[in-house]
Amino acid sequence: MYSDKVLEHFTNPRNVGEIPDADGIGKVGNPVCGDVMFIYIKVKDDIITDIKFKTLGCGAAIATSSMITEMAKGKTLEEARKISRGDVAEALEGLPPQKMHCSNLAADGLKAAIEDYENKKKQQT
Amino acid sequence: MKRVYFDNSATSRTDQAVIDAMLPFMKEHYGNPSSLHGFGREAKKAMDASRASVAKLINADPMEIVFTSGGTESDNLALKGFVFANKNKGKHIIISSIEHHAVLHTCEYLQKNGFEITYLPVDSDGIVHPETLEKAIRPDTILVSIMHANNEIGTIEPIGELAKIASSRSIAFHTDAVQTVGHVSIDVKSEGVSMLSMSAHKFYGPKGVGALYVRKGIRLEPLLHGGGHERGMRSSTENVPGIVGIGKASEIAMDEMKTEAEKLTRLRNMMIDGVLKKIPRSNLNGHRTKRLPNNANFRFDFIEGEGLVLRMDMRGFALSTGSACSTKSLEPSHVLIALGLKPEQAHGSLRISMGKDNLEEEVNQFIDALPEEVAKLREMSPYNEANPMVANEPWCSSEDHDHHETEVR
Repeated sequence: MYSDKVLEHFTNPRNVGEIPDADGIGKVGNPVCGDVMFIYIKVKDDIITDIKFKTLGCGAAIATSSMITEMAKGKTLEEARKISRGDVAEALEGLPPQKMHCSNLAADGLKAAIEDYENKKKQQT
Repeated sequence: MKRVYFDNSATSRTDQAVIDAMLPFMKEHYGNPSSLHGFGREAKKAMDASRASVAKLINADPMEIVFTSGGTESDNLALKGFVFANKNKGKHIIISSIEHHAVLHTCEYLQKNGFEITYLPVDSDGIVHPETLEKAIRPDTILVSIMHANNEIGTIEPIGELAKIASSRSIAFHTDAVQTVGHVSIDVKSEGVSMLSMSAHKFYGPKGVGALYVRKGIRLEPLLHGGGHERGMRSSTENVPGIVGIGKASEIAMDEMKTEAEKLTRLRNMMIDGVLKKIPRSNLNGHRTKRLPNNANFRFDFIEGEGLVLRMDMRGFALSTGSACSTKSLEPSHVLIALGLKPEQAHGSLRISMGKDNLEEEVNQFIDALPEEVAKLREMSPYNEANPMVANEPWCSSEDHDHHETEVR
């Protein structure tokens, strides 16, 4: 049911972990639904220089988390914000229909982390 | 990589002797049992012999066996067939809250068609307590259906006691025995059940064939109308090779069931003790001893079951889970929820269901491999002992968020 790409990212997920001094943290999902994603970003000059994740969830949830960290790293905040659930699913060579919400989780997680960074920045100024 | 099949409750490997018994009924004796000629007669004879073997396995009369296409059809025929034929006596049906979907969804359908359903609760081990049945019975109750053993958690229900309560009030009692027939000894007479569903492929027979035991005197409305096969209860040219297969599987079960159950009980206990000992924050789902000899069902805190099934598959172990993410509906298992588990706990379940071919060394290999894979998923999880799962935190999405969207790209 999963593409080879999904299984590959699930088996060897990229950028697993936390960033202790993260500039932004995004938390999305709900343990009640069985999917939770925490995403941590480091930002310098509006560019995502480092990104890590921790995810509770199925194969697709972990694969999409891993994929979005690869897609976002090195991108400007503006570019990263534009990554859609469809882009994540496409990069993974497709997801089963009932798993599309997992790619939503990853895209939402990244957006939440960027928002968190921007809110913190606003408070500083 | 050597593969280990631990998913026998999903389906089992067809026994070679069963295949050997079936093949001639496709190659040489391919007649229709309803035909008058020799081809027909030999098919009819084989079918009669098979009916006798199936009946013997559960201590029924051969005339009380109706061949079907499997467990789902048997459950449908028992429930719909019985209530449609007896609706003048009442419209109330009682089932347990942990029934298989073949019973659950059939009852939902019946509810839409004017019947009323009561779902009996279970305790935290999954057992239906007889007094809950007593209390649920109404003057218009016509049918009780409680499974013999649960397919997920393996808990075995006290069907003898439950059937006794039903029959003392002249209420019919059906049991879905798909997980027990051929594995655990069953006597329909001493248990006092009115109807019992079974499926061949769960006990080393072929897929696509099952049977419904219907006690003499019980009236059923057929689901399939046509040539009047199976004494009018199930029209359709009989699946002779399949029927020969379920007969052979029944014969083999008569011989091997006891030894198999002893061996599997020992392996199951090794499995349960080993896993609970080696993996912190692990729990057993279902009753510790009143359970299927081949079933172990665990839950592991802080992780989700589908990921664990996938990781163990990569290590060569075929398993299953009650996690929401493994289903099309994305709902956590209704069985685990009925035990009183929270949805966030129900997502982390893992079912191991062994079969007669499994070996002690496979159990040991499993107990060695599992802790590593649980640990890897826990490393990825945002939750741990220091940061336990909390449902519905402010940042959490609502329970009914877009899980059910089925956008296809």
